[in-house]
Amino acid sequence: MSTLELTKEKAATSVSKTENISGSEAVLKAFVAENAVTIFGYPGGAIMPIYDALYDYQDQLHHILVRHEQGAIHAAQGFARASGKTGVVFATSGPGATNLVTGLADAMIDSTPLVCVTGQVFAHLLGTDAFQETDVINITTPVTKWNYQVTDATEIPSVLAKAFYIAKSGRPGPVLIDITKNAQIQKFDYKGYEPCTHIRSYRPKPIVRKKYVEEAAKLINAGEKPFVIFGQGVILGKAENEFKKFIEKSGIPAAWTIMGMSAIPTDHPLAVGMLGMHGNYGPNVLTNECDILIAIGMRFDDRVTGRLDKYAKQAKVIHLDIDPAEIDKNVKATVPVWGDCKETLPMLTELIQQKKHDSWLQRFRDFENEEEEQCIIPELNPTDEVLTMGEVIKLLNELTKAEAIIVTDVGQHQMVACRYAKYKESKSNITSGGLGTMGFALPAAIGAKFGAEHRTVVAIIGDGGFQMTLQELGTIMQKNLNVKIIILNNNFLGMVRQWQQLFNDKRYSFVDISSPDFVMLAKSYYVEGQRVSQREKLKDALATMLNHDGAYLLEVMVGKENNVFPMVPQGCSVSEIRLK
Amino acid sequence: MQKQEFTITVYTENQIGLLNRIAIIFSRRKINIESLNTSPSEIESVHRFTIVINEIEDVVRKLCRQIEKQVEVLKAYYNTNEEIVWQELALYKVPTEVIAEKVKVERLLHEYGARAVAIRTDYIVFETSGHREEIEGLIKALEPYGLIEFVRSARVAIIKDSKGFHEKLKEFESFEPGANVIENEFLDKQEEVFTM
Repeated sequence: MSTLELTKEKAATSVSKTENISGSEAVLKAFVAENAVTIFGYPGGAIMPIYDALYDYQDQLHHILVRHEQGAIHAAQGFARASGKTGVVFATSGPGATNLVTGLADAMIDSTPLVCVTGQVFAHLLGTDAFQETDVINITTPVTKWNYQVTDATEIPSVLAKAFYIAKSGRPGPVLIDITKNAQIQKFDYKGYEPCTHIRSYRPKPIVRKKYVEEAAKLINAGEKPFVIFGQGVILGKAENEFKKFIEKSGIPAAWTIMGMSAIPTDHPLAVGMLGMHGNYGPNVLTNECDILIAIGMRFDDRVTGRLDKYAKQAKVIHLDIDPAEIDKNVKATVPVWGDCKETLPMLTELIQQKKHDSWLQRFRDFENEEEEQCIIPELNPTDEVLTMGEVIKLLNELTKAEAIIVTDVGQHQMVACRYAKYKESKSNITSGGLGTMGFALPAAIGAKFGAEHRTVVAIIGDGGFQMTLQELGTIMQKNLNVKIIILNNNFLGMVRQWQQLFNDKRYSFVDISSPDFVMLAKSYYVEGQRVSQREKLKDALATMLNHDGAYLLEVMVGKENNVFPMVPQGCSVSEIRLK
Repeated sequence: MQKQEFTITVYTENQIGLLNRIAIIFSRRKINIESLNTSPSEIESVHRFTIVINEIEDVVRKLCRQIEKQVEVLKAYYNTNEEIVWQELALYKVPTEVIAEKVKVERLLHEYGARAVAIRTDYIVFETSGHREEIEGLIKALEPYGLIEFVRSARVAIIKDSKGFHEKLKEFESFEPGANVIENEFLDKQEEVFTM
């Protein structure tokens, strides 16, 4: 019987009769009913009753034991991003819960739907500085979309229903439910699980107003040099097709933010590249030349806009977003189109004229050629001996036919991977965008593999970031998980070193980082691997990694002091982007 | 734009932890809350926060959007002092002998409309309500005579233009926005968002 069928059967039987069950079992029944069956977690004292109940639910729930709670939550993020479902986490009280904080903050800023359940000390011990007691609710308030402490088991079904509803609806985000141990143990009359569909004080989607869609269409139709910039909203809204239809009818060139990447294939004729600090030349420069700037499901992060008072001042801005708080937050919108882009984009597409903007599109291609000559060719086809990060990505594109999920960590390798990786399918680029969490990639890749089992998952990580969460090799080992790991090792904390070189007179302050023998380390976890530093061996090494049946770690030694260009220096306008 | 006093009125569910969720929206941006009051509203089960801050309007508008984004917040409005009727309450503890001996003090209290709420042999507690300046005026006036204790409440405010929250609440309670709600109310009055 499939999980889904089980779910339905379970839901049906549970509604029909009242049973006396524990709070812990009610938690698991909620997870089953929500089809949130892949749980990343780590047991501990205050969550033991839930783990005890889980012992009998192993046929319905798949729990993955990680090596650190941060690993659990990043894995759940990777799972959510690869699958489009809600990621779920179990952790214990105190240190277990505080170890989730980085992941919560990451999921909050990158709008990733998560439901985290943490154990808590007995209700009568709250506030007594009991063993492993922390004020989890107050610690996590700024980094959760919603959180709630349960002290009575009867609340569990409705609170979890609310948690799943809030995490996934509207602009998604992480939710944390803290359950005291007495509530986990407490038996109560369970009346079945009812999913939540409405909360009085919560409006996940603003109502679409036609007048503004019409105004937006009018502007677009009159535009000579319109430019579309899009973010993860397109992916979260599952509006990839609606988006494609919109740009194809309007003929408008489109550039993505790091979070929007892979929503359309990278080789789409209207795709003009990535925005932002290390984005492509054309999209950055032409942001300050377009007459209509159409922002879709993106939030004008400072890494995208550069200096705000010199950002797209000439343009009329149309901003489509589901979150009303994003409108006018950083960039004033001429026409705000509040709503789910799955709804607003088709309305807009209907009202716009079929057009082509060939000469305008050519402007992007001209910039591309210049960038190609000055940045891309030296990176992808280097003439000196040392390997570049870019050529690794180029070969990976060839060998995976651009069909892999690429999970990146944070730093130079992330920028290079996002600049050069090719994608055919949506939800293929998983990275820590807003928070920039080093150590994200390895656990996120684990989650991504569970979220998209049929796809190849390649984690690309720097030598620094890998050392932050390498304990998750243990999870890969235990689950025998087929995750490919590429460490791009430049023996430096490369991005900080690049800034120190460019802006701090090469005063390399604590960026020289040494590493263990990564291949031997992997072997100690029974993960195959090899190190490569010669160009002629690189392609074979990558092919060996991809063809290997199981996890594989490939360490590639790359140039120590290579820089990522182009670059919009901090405090500069996007049109001041440097090619070297 | 100049900083000025704004009164933010927030209609919420009555939920533990919500005060913190709202307070950190201000503290995260290093904005000081001048005064904060929570109370029941005209509707049973709906709570009302009254928050006073000194800021420019643009910032206040963004703050209100962040507040409204919280799951348990129904609605946030902001108003200038001209748009509201507001009061603060203050208590003053003064030695009884001073009042008894000095006619001037008695006259002062009368002038400020102070009302005795507790009379003891050693002290008297007076109460006044009004705007900040009036309350502060009386402290200054009483100081030379020995003010034992002083406390002032948070501001409470009524929005002059408000027609109450009942109608709005019906809209929130409906599962799907009804057919009659075609327009996005926020967009309708973009310039005066969050004012009734």
